[in-house]
Amino acid sequence: MASARTILALAVSFAALGAPALAQEHETPSPPMNKWSFAGPFGKFDRAQLQRGFKVYREVCQVCHGLKLVAFRTLADPGGPGFTTAQATAIAAEYQVKGEPDDQGEVKDRPGRLADVFPPPFPNDQAARARYNAVPPDLSVIAKARGYERGFPRWVGDMFTQYQEQGVDYLTALMEGYKDTPPAGVTIPPGSFYNEYFPGHAIAMPQPLTDKRVDYTDGAPMTVEQYAKDISAFLMWTAEPHLEARKRIGMQVFIFLIVLSVLLYFTKKKVWHAVELHPEELKPRPPTEYPRA
Amino acid sequence: MSGHPTYQPQSAFMRWMERRLPIAGLVYSSFVVYPTPRNLNYWWTFGGVLAFMLGVQIVTGIVLAMHYMPHVDFAFDSVEQIMRDVNYGWLLRYLHSNGASMFFLAAYIHMFRGMYYGSYKDPREVLWILGVILLLLMIMTGFMGYVLPWGQMSFWAATVITNLFSAIPLVGESVVTWLWGGYAVGNPTLNRFYSLHYLLPFVIVGVVVLHIWALHVAGQNNPAGIEPKTEHDTVAFTPYATIKDSFFLAVFCILLAWFVFYIPNFLGHPDNYIPANPAVTPTHIVPEWYYLPFYAILRAIPNKLLGVMALGASILILAFLPWLDTSKVRSAHYRPLYRQFFWVFVVVCIGLGWLGSKPPEGNYVLFARIFTVYYFAYFLVILPLLGKIEKTKPLPNSISESVLRAGKPIGAPAPPPAGAKA
Repeated sequence: MASARTILALAVSFAALGAPALAQEHETPSPPMNKWSFAGPFGKFDRAQLQRGFKVYREVCQVCHGLKLVAFRTLADPGGPGFTTAQATAIAAEYQVKGEPDDQGEVKDRPGRLADVFPPPFPNDQAARARYNAVPPDLSVIAKARGYERGFPRWVGDMFTQYQEQGVDYLTALMEGYKDTPPAGVTIPPGSFYNEYFPGHAIAMPQPLTDKRVDYTDGAPMTVEQYAKDISAFLMWTAEPHLEARKRIGMQVFIFLIVLSVLLYFTKKKVWHAVELHPEELKPRPPTEYPRA
Repeated sequence: MSGHPTYQPQSAFMRWMERRLPIAGLVYSSFVVYPTPRNLNYWWTFGGVLAFMLGVQIVTGIVLAMHYMPHVDFAFDSVEQIMRDVNYGWLLRYLHSNGASMFFLAAYIHMFRGMYYGSYKDPREVLWILGVILLLLMIMTGFMGYVLPWGQMSFWAATVITNLFSAIPLVGESVVTWLWGGYAVGNPTLNRFYSLHYLLPFVIVGVVVLHIWALHVAGQNNPAGIEPKTEHDTVAFTPYATIKDSFFLAVFCILLAWFVFYIPNFLGHPDNYIPANPAVTPTHIVPEWYYLPFYAILRAIPNKLLGVMALGASILILAFLPWLDTSKVRSAHYRPLYRQFFWVFVVVCIGLGWLGSKPPEGNYVLFARIFTVYYFAYFLVILPLLGKIEKTKPLPNSISESVLRAGKPIGAPAPPPAGAKA
């Protein structure tokens, strides 16, 4: 196969010349890949982890970051953190949300209900910028809105290993990537902090997590490492609340399609059997000539 | 092809109907007794896959349109609403977004198959040109669909692509303002893209009908690249082609399901989950993977106007392929030289795709230029010359002869078709 050799030679020389350019790009280290309960074809969220992550969100992130696409009712949805409806109702009631106009036309805040979404931490972007010199992004879909360059050939392998956790791996690394002093030769503008994994390294968010900052009652270690994983897992759920259903239905669809393909394959083989044995004899034959069963 | 049986209505109602609207007869002659070359391989099943994918896109798209809001303030959130609150909304949306990718994948394979086996040659030029028109329509539809979620990539892709028209001398700026419906990409732009994204698929359906019509007039090409001569060279569309297409379609659906259920965001860009923000430009603006080769060609050329012209020419040149390829032999099977240039062309297209995803700097630009030169040279130099200088292998006398395997008994009476045993 001369053509196959041509292709191979081309591909090799191409890869060799492309490689140095690739190497220059990676000043920021790739976040380490963590083990996630929700990865892979049978992935499911770890309910305890989601509840811990939610606690981290409430006690740390919530001050600056909203979850405007997440409704309180979904906290009790199947495939989520597994709160009961009563618990979700109680959580909702702890928040003050903007109410509806009363019969005098006045709008007052009222306690949240299941149908409400998490109230925003700022009335608008300008207010956020005035206070923090930056707009803290809403976290509803952040786990899908962040990622990192996988590079060739890793991205090809990702197709087969179903690696879809770039976002959570990045978020976890970001929580742990703060350094008090930037490495020699790197200057960070005032009001920013050095983070190993943040593109450009100067992040406006101060280090949010420290050991023992959030009290865990289920015996999980109260370390930055654990907090980082838990909040990332929770944010994966807010970004993809139907992940479990998707993977479960996916498996059913898969089994169905594979069985269907096998059956169709043997049907095809049988139909074509005659053609392949006696090709010269076959004529276009209308199905009306086939005896009916 | 003549001589195959015509439709005989079986019931009184169908006889009544057939005299008024012979639609059953049309279906019968087009999809039942229609003779297809017996030697078609699995690369020929992608036409059916494409028809199926078009159906999937239209059905999922119509339901998505019931929940989507084409307004700059609501578009992003309404897509998330679909993902969260609409029953199986996540399935509809992931089917639609990954379906577009699979649609393009199948279309590209379908086209490469046509190029490998010379399916565009006499008498199938119009069939091929209709295919190029379909590709153009798909590109437009896919692009406008990508804008609708109104994420960062949506917004900036819309900005970059519409700005290409500003390269037109004299009227460029006015054309862009007209396309936008304003002085920047904004709500009128999103609105009209939504409208056109809903319209164009039905235009595609119309051209697909013409494409299939042209196919049924000229008949299918086949791996041997010679026309069927006798009835022995063909088999009836049903059951032979239908069962083969069905089998492969099921296999293709496994691929689609893999993406939809397990890696639904693999082909997307994380930035498109950030709501559109005209004040923040993403570091790298990259289009969807299926536009990357064309994007690489655009950026390989340092002059904007020439780059845009090259981009347009890279697609339009396909329409002239039937006349650029001067060889009388269709199938690459019998063209040893052409076969090598063809595979290099495939690698170049994939390479351009990879380069399109990279920032336009350093070696990437150098390679994009080399590959762009090959892309055009393939059509403008290599194909016209090859037809004149290539020594092709002898063609078989008939399709039957090309599929006969050595050592198989021939001349024995054929058994009844498989269905007869039931």
